[in-house]
Amino acid sequence: MSTFMQLTINGAGSGAVFALLALGFVIIYRASGAVNFAHGSLVLVAGYITVRAQESMGITVAAILGVLGAGVLAVIIERVLVARTRGGDPIALVLLTIGVDVVIVEEVARRLGSSAPFVRVPWANEVIHVGQITVLKGQIVALCFGLVIIAVLFALFRFTGWGLAMRAQAEHREAAALMGVRNTQVTAAAWLIAGVLAGIAVLFLATPDFAGGGVSRATHSLVLVAFPAAIIGGLDSTNGAVIGGFIVGLTGAYSQQYVSFEFARVAVYLVMLAVLVVRPSGLFGTKEVQRV
Amino acid sequence: MQRRVVPMLSASGLVVGYGANRSVLDRVDLSVPDSGVVAVLGSNGAGKSTLLRTLSGTLSFHGGALHDGQVKLDDRPIQRLSAASIARAGVVQVPEGRKIFAKMTVEENLRVGAVCTPPGRRASARERVMELFPRLAERLEQRAGLLSGGEQQMLAMGRAVMASPRVLLLDEPSLGLAPKLIEQIGDIVTEISAQGTPVVLVEQNAAMALRVAATAVVLEVGRVAMSGEAEQLKDSDGIHDLYLGGHSHPAAQDVDGEVEGEATDLPRRRLARWTA
Repeated sequence: MSTFMQLTINGAGSGAVFALLALGFVIIYRASGAVNFAHGSLVLVAGYITVRAQESMGITVAAILGVLGAGVLAVIIERVLVARTRGGDPIALVLLTIGVDVVIVEEVARRLGSSAPFVRVPWANEVIHVGQITVLKGQIVALCFGLVIIAVLFALFRFTGWGLAMRAQAEHREAAALMGVRNTQVTAAAWLIAGVLAGIAVLFLATPDFAGGGVSRATHSLVLVAFPAAIIGGLDSTNGAVIGGFIVGLTGAYSQQYVSFEFARVAVYLVMLAVLVVRPSGLFGTKEVQRV
Repeated sequence: MQRRVVPMLSASGLVVGYGANRSVLDRVDLSVPDSGVVAVLGSNGAGKSTLLRTLSGTLSFHGGALHDGQVKLDDRPIQRLSAASIARAGVVQVPEGRKIFAKMTVEENLRVGAVCTPPGRRASARERVMELFPRLAERLEQRAGLLSGGEQQMLAMGRAVMASPRVLLLDEPSLGLAPKLIEQIGDIVTEISAQGTPVVLVEQNAAMALRVAATAVVLEVGRVAMSGEAEQLKDSDGIHDLYLGGHSHPAAQDVDGEVEGEATDLPRRRLARWTA
């Protein structure tokens, strides 16, 4: 039982991080109508900025710089490249993000060389004992931090004019414009937020507690695990992204322990396939429920 | 000589097309005074919706383009502004087919309407909407997609009124509604205009439109075929034969549908809405 509790907490910790990444996928998908395959490069750039700055400026400032860097990069990608393809083929847009990803990842990898520096968060490598349970402090921090950010984000969506404008635009671009919603600003803001979320995620991904790898191509490939999270939840659902993130995190943790480390890698994709067979648009994805 | 005021919103010489079809509107003029209802009548494909899209700057969403002509709000040309800027300037359109935000609640839909209204004016706008549409007040927490057709139309109009428009553009508010509801919508349009907001009402239901309008324009294949006081038009032979002749049921006025589509499945849609 204590193993199970331990796995649940650890799984939920990584789940929260995957949820942040999956939310990024969903927010961009809703704003621009395409899956952003350059999301991993945003994570990597934020991680790179953080590890380069943490020596001289300390982790707090470095982390803020990294997060902002990812946000700004996301806005640049949107404004300079994605916005110009509006009305074009969504497939072209997807290929465009893949191209951006390759260019950025290769550049960061070249700069890193063979090193894979960790983000030096103060809680790294610490464990907490609660009764019989031993958990990594990093996972607890990830869980709490992730939940707070998700709560703030959902409050923004729900209660602010910007959040309403974004949801309105996701549902019907023209109708939102008719209410005075400026499509370009809302879309750019969506990418900014997705970039910021990616930047926050790397502060957990690239630590010894998470997967044991620092800022490197391995971090980049971890982001691809968040993609099934978004698909499981439903690509256009923010609630789904959060649930999907936790499903992915927990699936990984349980299957590693109860089956095998190798199986854990495919388990997430098996869950995704199972969900898609039953619900092709994901658990919370839209099937129109409009009465006409 | 009719009473003439300086138009608040005016369009002149509009030439509009979609892709290769460059003259869906062919030199159309329209003048909206600062009070009353202007009806735009015509059969399907006459260019009524295109005219509204030109005024609201939403042609680009439909692959259309303005080739010539001008739209002025208080003598200021607005035809090059984005749809959002035009809406913020006070020209607010209720699009054809309502286009409410189905996944949001009624309350949230209304809040989107006021997203660009200065906070100080929101409360009074909201009060006005609640008075005009008491049905919405009862359903604030309901998901908009689950409303009936008539309620969805009211929500679409309420959402637009939340923006405190200077001019309200309505695209076929009677589409797919039962006669009794059409009458109700007509009364609400009258009320909105009586409260001081001029309305441009695009309608195939000429009987309802001419009942509430002060002036009217009849479009035929992209040109203004007739225009004048609604009272006079109602009695004119042309209108009578074309749009009012012996048809009491609104659906009977639907002629062949092309650009403005959806005419073919009209009866079924109406049924679905009203058994629901």
